[in-house]
Amino acid sequence: MGIETLLSQIFNGLSLSSVLLLVGLGLSITFGIMGVINFAHGEFLMVGAYVVYVLQTLFNKLYGHGASGVSFLISIPLSFFVAALLGFSLEKVLIRFLYGRPYEGILATWGCSLILQQAARNIFGANNVDVTSPKWLAGGVEAMPGLQLPYNRLFILALTTLCVVGIYLYLYRTAQGRRMRAVMQNRDMSACLGIRTRKVDTFTFALGSGLAGIAGCAVSLLGSIGPSTGQNYIIDAFMVVVLGGTGRLAGTIAGALVMGVLNPVFELISTSSMGKVILFILVILFLQGKPQGLFSLKTRALD
Amino acid sequence: MAVTIIYLEDVTVDFNGFKALHGVNFFVDYGELRVLIGPNGAGKTTLLDVICGWVKPESGRVLYGEGKDIQRLTEHKIARLGISRKFQTPSVFVNLTLFENIELSLRRGEGFWGTLSSSLNGEDRDRIFSVLKMIGLADKASERAGSLSHGEKQWLELGMNIVVQPSLLLVDEPVAGMTGREREKTGELLQAIAKDRSVLIVEHDMEFVRQIAKKVTVLHEGTVLCEGSMERIQNDPTVIEVYLGRGEKGEREC
Amino acid sequence: MMDAKPAKSAIFRFKWFALVMLLLTLAPFFLSDFRLNLFGKFLTFAIVALGIDLIWGYAGILSLGHGVYFGLGAYCMGAYLKLQAEDLPDFMGWSGLTELPRFWKPFYHAWFALPMTLLIPMLFALLIGFPTFRARIKGVYFSILTQALALIFVTLFIGQQPYTGGTNGITNLQNIFGFSLAEPATMRGLYAVTVLMLGIAYLLCHWLTHTQLGKVLVAIRDGENRLRFLGYNPALFKVLVFAISAGLAGLAGALFVPQVGIISPSMMGILPSVEMAIWVAVGGRGTLKGAVIGAVLVSAAKSYFSENFPELWLYFLGVLFISFVLLFPQGIMGFWQKGRFEWATFILRWREKRFARSSSPNGLPRKCH
Repeated sequence: MGIETLLSQIFNGLSLSSVLLLVGLGLSITFGIMGVINFAHGEFLMVGAYVVYVLQTLFNKLYGHGASGVSFLISIPLSFFVAALLGFSLEKVLIRFLYGRPYEGILATWGCSLILQQAARNIFGANNVDVTSPKWLAGGVEAMPGLQLPYNRLFILALTTLCVVGIYLYLYRTAQGRRMRAVMQNRDMSACLGIRTRKVDTFTFALGSGLAGIAGCAVSLLGSIGPSTGQNYIIDAFMVVVLGGTGRLAGTIAGALVMGVLNPVFELISTSSMGKVILFILVILFLQGKPQGLFSLKTRALD
Repeated sequence: MAVTIIYLEDVTVDFNGFKALHGVNFFVDYGELRVLIGPNGAGKTTLLDVICGWVKPESGRVLYGEGKDIQRLTEHKIARLGISRKFQTPSVFVNLTLFENIELSLRRGEGFWGTLSSSLNGEDRDRIFSVLKMIGLADKASERAGSLSHGEKQWLELGMNIVVQPSLLLVDEPVAGMTGREREKTGELLQAIAKDRSVLIVEHDMEFVRQIAKKVTVLHEGTVLCEGSMERIQNDPTVIEVYLGRGEKGEREC
Repeated sequence: MMDAKPAKSAIFRFKWFALVMLLLTLAPFFLSDFRLNLFGKFLTFAIVALGIDLIWGYAGILSLGHGVYFGLGAYCMGAYLKLQAEDLPDFMGWSGLTELPRFWKPFYHAWFALPMTLLIPMLFALLIGFPTFRARIKGVYFSILTQALALIFVTLFIGQQPYTGGTNGITNLQNIFGFSLAEPATMRGLYAVTVLMLGIAYLLCHWLTHTQLGKVLVAIRDGENRLRFLGYNPALFKVLVFAISAGLAGLAGALFVPQVGIISPSMMGILPSVEMAIWVAVGGRGTLKGAVIGAVLVSAAKSYFSENFPELWLYFLGVLFISFVLLFPQGIMGFWQKGRFEWATFILRWREKRFARSSSPNGLPRKCH
């Protein structure tokens, strides 16, 4: 097994990290601002992926099979909006009642997850469906002899970087972003200053969901998608949040890198199932030393 | 025989760059009742946190009793050594009765199997009731702690602290949110408690401090500003400046 | 939830327990064999639910991966029963193994396998619980870790097909202690054992929660850090009750396998584990009886839906989750014990207000003009 295989796995891990980062960011922001862990978050990813599928099917019907590139590009913002809209509605109908109650949040959103998955099964069928990647993403660049970096994975990395930069700019350079950070850090004070925290909550939740929708687009490039696609990523995404701590961008990035890259690397060393086991054991050992995760906001509260 | 019950030597506490305590040298004598005051953010609660083990200092030593270094110990071990703390917000167990709350505190040494097998003997039962009487809540022994008023919860918490006869009792803002009558009662209670042990009280209410304090330490921005009798620190120019002059976020009681 | 209760005489306190046990024992006389077998399965779930109530309702630890311990116990029993049926389990032959792996061999003996159904889950619970609770990982972070653990185990068991039977798990079991599993008499015997075990499990949990330990657990749930400053080491208690609840789940798994005839990784994954939590949420946390009721009711509902409207089951389950968490957080037992009084008071007050409004001209109460 040469260095190329290792590097290839690391690269694959990076694209996985990107997906986990997009999903984990949404989770982290939501938990940081509302204290709600959304177990239906994976289903926003699924929705995003299905948007790609639906749009592609539509375009194929209307314009024939050559339009997969265009439909994919349109799907990206569309997935964001559809997922964000779904998140917005969910927040208004359910999530707002779960504010600050993480246990209840877990169970109630789990119920949502079941409903959404079953709905997907009823609408699209229980089997996975294939999404054709755009032609211009086929193939890859040869970084080294024997090491090909696929374009679709490079695209995912680029897309994620774009999103992260966008989020960073939004949070740190716009007024709304500042409001969001304010509410995240001190809700009561923000309310006293006139910030409409309810509006910020809803918007934040929609934003996080939208990010997951974009992650769904990314996932559609990697393989077939189906009703339970979200479930494949959600646990890892949660581990990202646990590892990275909530409320910190740097932490989420670090957590995503760990979960995304180390998993395939360990799989190389052992078998696929053992790889995850080793990773998990390492995470527990790591948390022993640093229970708050990689980076987190230190609080002085008692409980 | 050591004279101090607790001695913080050159203690620094750093919260992500913010120095809550900066090279603090602070000690309390055996059997002393000391009051710790200072503006908000001075580091008073942090100092208590350091003593009871909730916060580990960056540097410095925390010596208890006969020079035992306790800063590496976990909170429950420190508690078992004889340091008890009453928190700023009343932290009693709302779903248990008053009796059960105090009983829980008393039976802390039992361990897992002990909690299954041992039962309360008469002597311990009497002790719990005498503590309940001391805090004035004997008639409510079988009521849920959640039904108590804010002040009563504070007293219950004090009861939970003293039933194990600590050598050092840390009290964080005992009269916050209390009525005048309650304040009086709390002051008497604390003075009774202080007869047999060392007590370190953090308080903002100057009236109350005047009432019970013998020696006062003023903390400001993580260092000890001034220490002495109430009269002395009230007339100290630096203290006056910190409290009244520079318009800090602290109180303006002095 | 756990409250202080006045002392009652022992016989009085257990009258309901005795009644329920009696009914359960008489069930074989008015249930068909098929239904009885199904009911036996529900009762094994009730045992798991008791364990979950112990850690969640009393100590505030929400485990969303308890299927792991259920599965470990079930696999131990499955291994034992499989070796009674075949010298070399069929899936091993299919995977190319010619000899029984070393760690499988002791499972041939009942005196090893049966205690292992309790000990192995408990051991794992200790291994997982000790570093986790000591690191003070709690709340939702802990719940997420338990989910990840469930995922790991499922992946592991599916991946190691030669040793575990892979996705299909352990099947084709034939007899237990010489009695054929297909015989109705054996089924009834297993049912009886399950009822007995449920009774013992209930009494065990009742004892644990009514001694001083119960109060310590409630204190951990309501104020863990406060308890720490009183001089308790919460991690110790959490680890040990977690292990006990894992043992109960393992016991349930061991009783499950001979009655249902199969154990596969799908029964120990995330979905079944989260369902276990919902049993307790529906029945009422911190009541023990609620756990039993919730497990039986929800499992019965699942059976009903699977038979008649399989498509709708997950919708129903989802709605169940949401409604019981938001609208009925006390669960059925909680409602029975407290909620019904609160509802009654609410309705009485509402009627009072309505009566007062309708009998005064401008809608104000008569007194203030």
